[in-house]
Amino acid sequence: MAKLTRRNFMQAAGAAATLPLLGTPALAADKLKVGFIFLGPIGDFGWTWAHNKGRLAMESALGDKVESIYVENVAEDASAIPLISDLANQGCKLIFTTSYGYMDPTLEVAAKFPDVKFEHCTGFKRADNVSTYNSKFHEGRAVLGTIAGMMSKSGKLGYLGSYKVPEVVLGVNAFTLSAQKKNPAATVKLVMIDSWYDPPKEAAATETMINLGADIITTHTDSPGPLQILEQKGLFGFGQGADMSQFAPHAHLTAIEDIWGPYYTERAQAVIDGSWKSTDTWDGFKEGTVIISPYNASVPADVKAEADKIQAGYKDGSFDIFTGPIYDTEGTLKVKEGEHIAIGDLATMDWFVKGVETAA
Amino acid sequence: MSIEFLIAAIVTVIGLATPILLAGLGELVTEKSGVLNLGVEGMMLIGAIAGFAATVATGNPWLGVIAAAAGGALASLIFGFFVLTLNSNQVATGLALTIFGTGLSSLLGLGYTGRIVAQFASPFPVELAKHPIGQLVFGHSPVVYFSILMVVLVAWFLKSTRAGLILRAVGENDLSAHSIGYSVIGVRYAAVAFGGAMAGIGGAYFSLVITPMWAEKMTAGRGWIALALVVFAGWRAGRLLAGAYFFGILMALELYAKASGFAILPSQFWAAMPYIVTVVVLAIISSRETGGGNAPACLGRPFLPAN
Repeated sequence: MAKLTRRNFMQAAGAAATLPLLGTPALAADKLKVGFIFLGPIGDFGWTWAHNKGRLAMESALGDKVESIYVENVAEDASAIPLISDLANQGCKLIFTTSYGYMDPTLEVAAKFPDVKFEHCTGFKRADNVSTYNSKFHEGRAVLGTIAGMMSKSGKLGYLGSYKVPEVVLGVNAFTLSAQKKNPAATVKLVMIDSWYDPPKEAAATETMINLGADIITTHTDSPGPLQILEQKGLFGFGQGADMSQFAPHAHLTAIEDIWGPYYTERAQAVIDGSWKSTDTWDGFKEGTVIISPYNASVPADVKAEADKIQAGYKDGSFDIFTGPIYDTEGTLKVKEGEHIAIGDLATMDWFVKGVETAA
Repeated sequence: MSIEFLIAAIVTVIGLATPILLAGLGELVTEKSGVLNLGVEGMMLIGAIAGFAATVATGNPWLGVIAAAAGGALASLIFGFFVLTLNSNQVATGLALTIFGTGLSSLLGLGYTGRIVAQFASPFPVELAKHPIGQLVFGHSPVVYFSILMVVLVAWFLKSTRAGLILRAVGENDLSAHSIGYSVIGVRYAAVAFGGAMAGIGGAYFSLVITPMWAEKMTAGRGWIALALVVFAGWRAGRLLAGAYFFGILMALELYAKASGFAILPSQFWAAMPYIVTVVVLAIISSRETGGGNAPACLGRPFLPAN
């Protein structure tokens, strides 16, 4: 019994789950071994699910040139350090750490393994062997905000958040500003549940926002639970990270899908070719990292047209939701008329725009 | 504050309270027999996937609940075999059960992610739940009524039946119960299985009622709150009911405060609240009554008869 620790078991379970996908474990030493650190379970049907899909896409694109291993349910604290080191010790030459909270652990481990390449998702600290990569989810949020602003009857929207990290702050602000472009009186209730994944709490928080008047709710947490609540109440919401329409055929207006496969494939290929360099990648609609799921039949044609316009604007670079004037929650002018927020400031944004109702 | 608003809030509290009430009731009976099973979280997860899988297979959520109870009970009997037959350490074995249940449920659930299931029909005519007050009384899942019924049954069983008396005797003084001819191990096996079955149903409440889907680790730590709840309730069924709803109100208050745009307390404090309250209550109990209050005297100790 004593030998059955959490890690042992999860690795055993993880290995058992991966085996059928990998086929027979290869002995070839020239194969690139790629490691992944995952935040949630691969079955969360959201964030981690999308990253795992990217991993599988990389495997099928590069065939027998790569093999990959992963660890699920890794906490965003110092306990990630031994797990990341473990992957390096197991021979991984490329390691993706797929959530913001792994930023410092990744850098710490990277310093000890100079010949291993690391890729940290959604962070901003780099080193010679540490790249960062991110996706402009907020571009997707601008599309959702446009739809919500046009379809909400009450003008009261809800945003189910996780933590006050730049990625979430950007999402909230892009969603709110976009909704206000269609309905200047729109407000957004923001509830942070202090978790990326807690289906019962996500459900309870959704019920709470509905009871306080929100009729369209977008989620920045990773389970389809909130959509099921919205479906029961006859209200609307959006999928997060994946098309979740089968959970809520009526409530699911559309979803932001995260597409990581091409990036993972490109970076693994770069390691194989010896051309890997430390970079900072922040792709969006233009590069296909963010895509929007098919719209629900209940989305009116004019709303679809407006939503498509936002996507087209991002693709050709003519649109940026973070264009002034932008005021913060106190009413202070933060971005002057016609000005944009610099990309570096976006990556560290920690203030909410006017119309966001929050305790965070 | 309108009546509709209040009732919607109460519905949220019921959703938060019911699973910890179910799991807590099972653990209460287990602990009353003198066995500490820290595997509640694992048994809840096994119940959640067993219930979900059975409902997918049969299209009948009632069969799902039965499968959840069976799954939870089966898992608890593995635990029972180690601690009752092999006399292994209860704390370590219970923790292992949580790890085992988490892993096993993930493995079993691989093919069930993204699937949807049939939901409970209301046991009452739908018209009754139209009016807000009617909704409050008649508008819930059958599992909610079941949880309340079980509180009454468990309280009655422990207090007023001969079998309940024997169970308590086994938990208070196993050697005496043994010397007058009761099967200590048999009673404990039954109590452990009941605890597992109730935890399984509590888990199924997540996968069949609140969010009818399977997602790995979907109980998100509620098993630990159920364990704290048993201590909080001083091992009394009535207080367990009050405690479960009190914890439910605490959890809902956090969300209402945040959604209304203000923070009464830092959110970390809210998350820790059930445990903080439990420690405070434990301190009060043990200062008021000597000898740990209502805690079963043999809790967590292996049964080692002289012969």
